[in-house]
Amino acid sequence: MGMTITEKIFAKASKKTRVAPGESVWLDVDVLMTHDVCGPPTIAIWKKEFGEKAKIWDKEKLVIFPDHYIFTKNTNANRNVDLLREFAREYDLPNYYDVGTERYKGVCHIALAEEGYNVPGTVLFGTDSHTCTSGAFGMFATGVGNTDAAFIMGTGKIWEKVPESIKFTFNGKMPEYITAKDLILQILGDITTDGATYRAMEFGGEAIGSMNMMERMTLTNMTIEAGGMNGIIAVDDVTRHYLNEIDVTQYEEFNSDEDAFYHSQYKYDVELMEPLVAKPHSPDNMDKVKNVEGTNLTKCYIGSCTGGKLTDFQFAAKLLLGQKVKVTTFIVPASTQIAKQLEAEAISGVSLKDIFTNAGCIIAESSCAACLGGPSDTIGRSVEGDVVISTTNRNFPGRMGSKLSQVYLASPLTVAASAISGEITDPRKFL
Amino acid sequence: MEKKIIGKAYVLGDNIDTDQIIPAEHLVYSTSDPEELKKYGHFALSSVPIEQAGLPFGGKPFIDGDNHKSKFNIIVGGSNFGCGSSREHAPLSLQVAGVKAVVAESYARIFYRNSVDGGFVIPFESSSKLNDKIKTGDDVEVDLESSKITNHSSGETYRLRPLGSVYDIVKSGGLFNYARENNMI
Ligand code: SF4
Repeated sequence: MGMTITEKIFAKASKKTRVAPGESVWLDVDVLMTHDVCGPPTIAIWKKEFGEKAKIWDKEKLVIFPDHYIFTKNTNANRNVDLLREFAREYDLPNYYDVGTERYKGVCHIALAEEGYNVPGTVLFGTDSHTCTSGAFGMFATGVGNTDAAFIMGTGKIWEKVPESIKFTFNGKMPEYITAKDLILQILGDITTDGATYRAMEFGGEAIGSMNMMERMTLTNMTIEAGGMNGIIAVDDVTRHYLNEIDVTQYEEFNSDEDAFYHSQYKYDVELMEPLVAKPHSPDNMDKVKNVEGTNLTKCYIGSCTGGKLTDFQFAAKLLLGQKVKVTTFIVPASTQIAKQLEAEAISGVSLKDIFTNAGCIIAESSCAACLGGPSDTIGRSVEGDVVISTTNRNFPGRMGSKLSQVYLASPLTVAASAISGEITDPRKFL
Repeated sequence: MEKKIIGKAYVLGDNIDTDQIIPAEHLVYSTSDPEELKKYGHFALSSVPIEQAGLPFGGKPFIDGDNHKSKFNIIVGGSNFGCGSSREHAPLSLQVAGVKAVVAESYARIFYRNSVDGGFVIPFESSSKLNDKIKTGDDVEVDLESSKITNHSSGETYRLRPLGSVYDIVKSGGLFNYARENNMI
C-alpha cells in the first residue's frame, strides 16, 4: 500500500520509513509560529515548565508576528505586544516582526508565505487554528494550543496522530465568476464543520493546477472550518516559481502514491459550480448566491488571511472599477506587502488602491482587524444588528463583533458585486 | 490518576464550540493569578444558549450565582465537542469549574489535544450517542480501567473508547509531566 503526501511527511519528520493513519508519532518541528494573542501565555508556560534552564530549541525556527489586536487602545491587547517585544529583545530573536517598524508584516499566515517560512516537505506548527494555510506549499502545517507550543519551544518536538486523508479533485477550467472561496464553501456544505476532523484534506485536479499560490491558500486556510488537521496541495511549477522568486530553493517534494489509501474521495467539475455563500451562523450553512440575492446589507468586508490577499483584491477591483459602493465597504490587506501591491498593481491603468478609493471604500491598515471582532475600537467590527457580507472564514455568532449581527461569507467577487448593489448580488451580474 | 470518576452529569448538545465554553471577551484574565483564575470557572459554559443548557430540559445554568465551581463534574456532549478556536482556556475553564471528565461522541482535534496535553480534563469518546440517554443531574461513574460509563440513575452502562495512545499522557497528568517521567526533558 502506498502513502499520501501527508503520511510521507510524517514518516520523514518522525524518522520512520512508513507510518499508518491512527498511529501516534513524535515529529521534529521545522518552524513554530506564534502571535500576540497566544504568544504571551505560551512563553509563560515554557518558562514555568522548563524553569531556570528554559532554552529555545532553535531561535532561527521560532517566528513571531504580532497581528491580531494591533491598532487599538485596549491596554490588555497592547500589553501582549509589549510582552512579545520584551521577549524578543531578551532572547535576541531573529524572526520577530514588530509593529511600528519597517519589519511589521500583518497577518501571520500570509507573512509566513511571503517571508519564505513555507518550505515544501517540512513541518510547521502554529498557535493559531488557521496554521493549516501553509499546507498549500506541499508541507504539513497545523494549529496547536499553548501547552503544545511551549513544549515545542523547548524541545523542537511534538506528538501527533497520523491522519487519514480525504481527497478533493477539482476538474475543469475555472469560470471567471468562480474563485477558490466558492470551492471551499462547496466542500463545507457537503462535509459540514466536522467532516474532516482529525483528517488531512488533499486538493488536486486541473482547476487547482491553474490556481496561483494565493488562491490555493484560500482552500487550505479553511480546512479547519471542516475540522481538518491539515490541508495539502502537492508542489508543481506554480509552487516552484513562487518559491524561486523569494529565493527558497532547498526543499523536498512529496507526492501521494497511486495506491495510497483515502478515507474518502470527492470529485467536482468547477465548470458546473455557481457562486456560493455561507449563511449565518456557520461556515457550512452553504447556499447559492442567487438564492439569497436581494438580502439588504449594512457592511461589506474584504480582508483576513482567507480573503485579503492580492488576488482577492484583483477580483474585487475588476468589479469595482468605475463603480460606487452603496454600503460601507472595508478593504483590509492581509499584509503590508499586499498593501504596497495595491498601489503597484493596476487595471486599465488605475491602481487597485485608486479603484477602491474612487469607489468609496475604506482602506485599513494590515492586521486581522474585524475578522475576529476584536476590541471595541477595531476597524470594520460589526455592531448591533449589522448584516455583513465578508471574505473572511468564520461567521459564528459574534465572531466579527456583535452577537446580534448576521454575517454571510463569500468570495471577493460576490462581496464586490454586493457592495455595488447594497444587497447580496451574484457577481455574474457585473462580469 | 484516579481509577474512577464519580459525580453528576451535565448534558449538552452537538457542536459545542470554544466560544460557548469560554467566550472570547473573558480571555483577558490572568491564568497564573489564583483569584483571576476563578473567573474562568465562573464563566465556563456561559455562552451555551439557555434552552440548550443542561439537557434534556435546558434552563439549568452550569454555574449558579457567583460561584466558580459547578455542582456538575462530568460533561456529556454529542459530536464535534470543542470546535472553533485553538484557545486552551476552554478546557482550563472546565477544570477550574471542577470538571474531571468530558464524555462525547467526537472532539475537535485542538480541544482534545489541549485537554490531554494541558492535563485539564480527560476527554473520553463514547461508542454511541449518549447525550440523549443521560440526563443532567444523573449520578454517573466513569471507570478508566474498563472504559465504561455507568448511569446509576438509570442503571445503564455504556462503552467508552479506550484512551489508546494518549493514555500515558493522561496518566501522568499532562504532556510536561509525561515528558519528565520519561526523561525527555
Ligand atoms: S485574519 Fe482572521 S482567521 Fe486569519 S489569523 Fe487573523 S483572526 Fe485568524
